[in-house]
Amino acid sequence: MGVFKRASQGPLDYHRRLWLRLYVGLTFLAIYAPIITLIIFSFNDSRRNIVWRGFTTKYYWKAWNNDSLFEAFVNSLTIASVSTIVSTILGTMVALLLWRFRFPLKSAYEGLMALPIVVPEICMGVAMLAFFSRVTGFPTGWIWPFNLSAITAAHIAFSFPFVAIVVRSRLAGFNRELEEASKDLGASEWQTFWKVIFPFMKPGVIAGALLAFTLSLDDFVVTFFTSGPDTLTFPVKVYSMVRFSVTPEVNAASTVLVAITIIVTIIAMRFQSPEKMARG
Amino acid sequence: MFWFLAAPGTFWLVVFFLAPLAIVWALSFGEQTSLVDTEITGTLENYVRAVGTPVYLQIIWKSLWISAIATFLCLVVAYPVAFLISFVRGRWKMLLLVAVILPFWINLLIRTYALLAVFRTRGFVNFGFEWIYNTLWLDTIFGRFQPLELLYNNFSVTAGLVYVFMPFMVLPLYASIERLDKSYLEASLDLGASQTRTFFRITVPLTMPGIVSGIILVFIPMLGAFLIPDLLGGTNAQMIGNVIERQFKAANDYPFGAALSFLLMYATFGALALRAFMAGRKSGMEI
Repeated sequence: MGVFKRASQGPLDYHRRLWLRLYVGLTFLAIYAPIITLIIFSFNDSRRNIVWRGFTTKYYWKAWNNDSLFEAFVNSLTIASVSTIVSTILGTMVALLLWRFRFPLKSAYEGLMALPIVVPEICMGVAMLAFFSRVTGFPTGWIWPFNLSAITAAHIAFSFPFVAIVVRSRLAGFNRELEEASKDLGASEWQTFWKVIFPFMKPGVIAGALLAFTLSLDDFVVTFFTSGPDTLTFPVKVYSMVRFSVTPEVNAASTVLVAITIIVTIIAMRFQSPEKMARG
Repeated sequence: MFWFLAAPGTFWLVVFFLAPLAIVWALSFGEQTSLVDTEITGTLENYVRAVGTPVYLQIIWKSLWISAIATFLCLVVAYPVAFLISFVRGRWKMLLLVAVILPFWINLLIRTYALLAVFRTRGFVNFGFEWIYNTLWLDTIFGRFQPLELLYNNFSVTAGLVYVFMPFMVLPLYASIERLDKSYLEASLDLGASQTRTFFRITVPLTMPGIVSGIILVFIPMLGAFLIPDLLGGTNAQMIGNVIERQFKAANDYPFGAALSFLLMYATFGALALRAFMAGRKSGMEI
C-alpha cells in the first residue's frame, strides 16, 4: 500500500495532505480577507466603498478633522492611560499576594478575582450602568477628565485581574533562593523587593500593563453602558458611525485602532519572552 | 504586608465589581415603581416574566439554539486547523499560531464591521455573485441581478458568531491535540483501522477535554453576545443580549433586564461548573 504513495508522505504526515492544507488556507483566508479589505478600502478614493478608484489618504485626514471622533480618541487614550497605571499597580499587588501568602479561602479568593474575566461582558456592562446611575450618580456634570471616572473605574475592574494573572505567571518562575540569599546578605524586606524581586518580575509587569492598555482601548460593551453623551470613547463613537453608514472614514478610524492595538501587543509579547528579545 | 497587598485589589473588586453585580441581583427581585425608582420587594415576577412570556422565551430559546449551532460550526471549522497546526513543525507552526492569535487583538467591533461590508446588499459577496451572474450572461435571460439579503437574519448572526469566536476554539483544541500521544494513532493504523476510524475512535475521544473546553469557552460569550446580533441581526434576529440592553436603555425596565442578565449569569456559572466537573472526572487529563 505504501508503495503507491510518495515516499515522503507517511500515514501520520497529516500536515502534508493537500486537502487539509487547502482547508486550513481557506479558513485563514475567510478570517483575514474581511479585515484586510477593510484596511485596503480605507485608502480607496470613493465613498461607495466597493469599487477601487485609486489611492488616497484623505479619509484619514477627514477622520482626524472630525471633532467628535478626535475627542473620543483623546477620551479613549486618557481612560486607557489612567486605567493602565491603576490596574497595573492593583494587579501586581494581587499577584504578589497570591504568590507570597497562603491564607484561608485562598482558592475562593482567586475565584472571585477571576470573576471579571468570566462574567459575560453585557452583565458587567449593565451592572456598571445600574451602579453608576442609581447608586452613585453618573459623574456626567463634572469637568473633563473627571467625567470619565466612571468608565475608568469600570475598565480598571476588568483589567487588573488580567494583569494579576500575567504577573503571577512570571513570578512562578522566580527562584526563591535568590530572595533568601539577598536576606542572608543583610538586605531588608524592602531592599530585597526592589533590588531582587521587582527586576525579575518587571517584564511581566510591563506585559500586563500593555495588556491592560489594549483591553481598555478596545473595550466596547462595558463602555457602551457606562458612557454618557459627552463621554464617548473611540469604539463607542465608531459604533455610532457604523450604525449610521459604511464609509471609508469609518474604515480609516478602524484601521488606526487596529494598528495601535497590534503594535502595543507585539511590544507586550516581546516583553513576555525577554529571552527571545535578548537574542534579537 | 499581607493587608497592604490585599487591601487595594480587594477594595476595587468589591466596590466596582461585586457591589454592582449585587445591585443588579437585588434589582432582579424588584419592581419599577416610577420612572427612576425601583423597590426591592423580593418578587420573582421578573423571572416568571422572562421565562413565561412567549416573546422572551422564544428569544431565550433562539439565543441558545443559535449559540449551539454556531459553537458546533466553530468546532467543525477549528478542529482541522488545530489538527494541522499540531502536526506542523518549526517556523510554520509559530506562524500559524500567531495567525490564530492575531484576531484576538483586533477589536470585536471592527471585525463585526468588516463582516457588515462583506454581507450587505452592496457588499463583496453580492458583488461577487453579480459578477458571476453577469459573466454567465444570466442577466439577458432572467433580468437584472437581484442582490441576496444576507444581513439582518439568523444566518448573518450565526456567521458572525462563528467568524468572531472561531479562534477561541482553536487554542484549547490545539493544546489537547498537541498533547495527544501520536503512537496511539500509529498503533490504530498498524492494527488495520482506516484513517477515518482512527480519527473518530482514537483522536476524538482522546482530545475530548480540549473539545469540551473549547465548546464552553466559545458557547458562553456567544450566549451573551450583544454587538454581533445588534449590528448583523438588526430587529429580526435578536438575542438575549439585545433584550437586556433594551431594558437598561430604551425600555428603562431595570428589574426585568436585571432578571434576564442574571439568567445569563446562572447559565455561565452552570457551564463553568460543568467544565470543572468534567476536568475533575478526568483527572490527569486536565483541560
